[in-house]
Amino acid sequence: MDQLQFLTWVRGTGLNLTLAIFVLGVIWRLIEIYGLGRKQDLSAPRDVAGASGWHTIYRRSIPPPGMLKLSPVSYIGGYVFHVGLAVVVFLFAPHIALVASLLGPTWPGLPSQVVDFVSVVTMAAMVAVLADRITKPAKRFLSTFGDWFTWTLTFLPLLSGWLAVHHLLLPYTLMLALHILSVELLLIFLPFTKLFHAFTTFGSRWFNGAVNGHKGVPV
Amino acid sequence: MTSLVDSVAARNATVEEELARRGIDRREFFKLCGAIASLMALPAGAAEQLAAAVAKARRPSVIWLSFQECTGCTEALTRSHSPSLESLIFDLISLDYHHTLQAASGDAAEAAREAAMKENAGKYLVVVDGSIPLGNPGYSTIAGVSNIETLKEVVAGAAAVIAMGTCAAYGGLPAAQPNPTGAVAIRDLIKDKPVVNIPGCPPIPIVMTGVIAHYLAFGALPELDGLGRPKAFYGETIHDRCYRRPFYDQGKFAETFDDEGARRGWCLFKLGCKGPVTYNACATSKWNGGVSFPIQSGHGCIGCSEPNFWDAGGFYNALSMPAHPLNVGAGIAAAGAAAGVAVTFFNRGKKGAAKAGHETTTLDDLEK
Repeated sequence: MDQLQFLTWVRGTGLNLTLAIFVLGVIWRLIEIYGLGRKQDLSAPRDVAGASGWHTIYRRSIPPPGMLKLSPVSYIGGYVFHVGLAVVVFLFAPHIALVASLLGPTWPGLPSQVVDFVSVVTMAAMVAVLADRITKPAKRFLSTFGDWFTWTLTFLPLLSGWLAVHHLLLPYTLMLALHILSVELLLIFLPFTKLFHAFTTFGSRWFNGAVNGHKGVPV
Repeated sequence: MTSLVDSVAARNATVEEELARRGIDRREFFKLCGAIASLMALPAGAAEQLAAAVAKARRPSVIWLSFQECTGCTEALTRSHSPSLESLIFDLISLDYHHTLQAASGDAAEAAREAAMKENAGKYLVVVDGSIPLGNPGYSTIAGVSNIETLKEVVAGAAAVIAMGTCAAYGGLPAAQPNPTGAVAIRDLIKDKPVVNIPGCPPIPIVMTGVIAHYLAFGALPELDGLGRPKAFYGETIHDRCYRRPFYDQGKFAETFDDEGARRGWCLFKLGCKGPVTYNACATSKWNGGVSFPIQSGHGCIGCSEPNFWDAGGFYNALSMPAHPLNVGAGIAAAGAAAGVAVTFFNRGKKGAAKAGHETTTLDDLEK
């Protein structure tokens, strides 16, 4: 298999397999998680200002008082890399072309130099949060294989995409194929790892907020 | 008799003598050497040295073998804008055998080939266009001899082989799926001689001229990449050197072949241009005397100088798009839903069993 054949495979058979596993996995996990159900709370609801699912979605998107100073890398690094990742994934023209070809909708992209800059900042932020996780004993203690694995799965597409665009390390054709393969690995594992928070973050925040709100506790 | 004397004289002539004999202006020759030196990114002043070395070289005997091909490679060389720099290739070499171009035919043609092979044993160059069918020797024959037999016989006494065009270099169209003739590339068969691939469908004429000029001037073939292509000509992608590249970087793309973007000359990536994965010199040397190249005329690159480009997804699918239609459908979604429901029932069963198995704790239990 030469480089172009490898690229064609990841754009064809590989993509097909990936999307099949991804779609199957996402539907499976969503039904599984929301199908767990919760016991009905028969107590009378207590109305307290700021205690609801929607409030919690917002509140947990910003650092609690004092936490930004205590753990700046987690918050700033986390924000930068999540926003950066969204920009790189959804505002780079070739990525938009892929979504348009798969689903139909299209939208304007950003100039590739801007995406290039954002991807470098995003990678730097990811390296910073990784270093923070390694150097802080408590974080290191709490980290499991899943944390290191999902960090790698997220970082590789960024790195390989950036290397491909800049024609570094390997011929563009091979690097592009590796980039697409790394994205496929990310999509394959997404439903079955912590990465599934992409689908559940806001739902679970709402749920926690609603349960506690019923008891009159703003969380 | 005169023509025979001319022929012998021509065969033994240096390039300089042959140019003079044909009345070709030295200015044209220097222009050719300048163009080659520039294209190969040789240092300043190299054009002069190249011209001096090539002029003194004895023209190499070249045997051109055509196998499973469409003659497009020969057409590209001979039908290019004339008089062109590329046409001067025929003054750099002594083309002793070529089906399409030689006047002789039948036994006389084969005799010319054998004579050239004998006279220049170990020194002649073999140019091949077309792939070799291994499925059945009868798929392609010349004078009743299978392509593979001819190739092995001719290459045995050659100094080097030039695989001209994508068919000879990588199998090309004949080797495209399902490859009915079992076509293979020259490099798949020839392991004991240097083989230079000059892929393209067709290849750029001046690239071949450059390879031969390099061989004449330096006595060796140019440095090759992993796919056997001269790095000097195939070192960068079309995309790297494309004049539309700034539009790619700005995110300005033609969406159709007749929209505003297409009229403004924006990037053709979304229309399937394979420039980013195609290594060739089209964007710099261009075609037809430097007039244009496919992207300049409004069509994306189809990647014709890459191995297996026929089977690399549709010509009009962007590189970031699926190469083939996807078949992830309702069946997959239904399977996911079924898995989710099954796991949910299992979880609820566990929950129910835990609830049913729950025992009330009494005071007696606590005192135990």
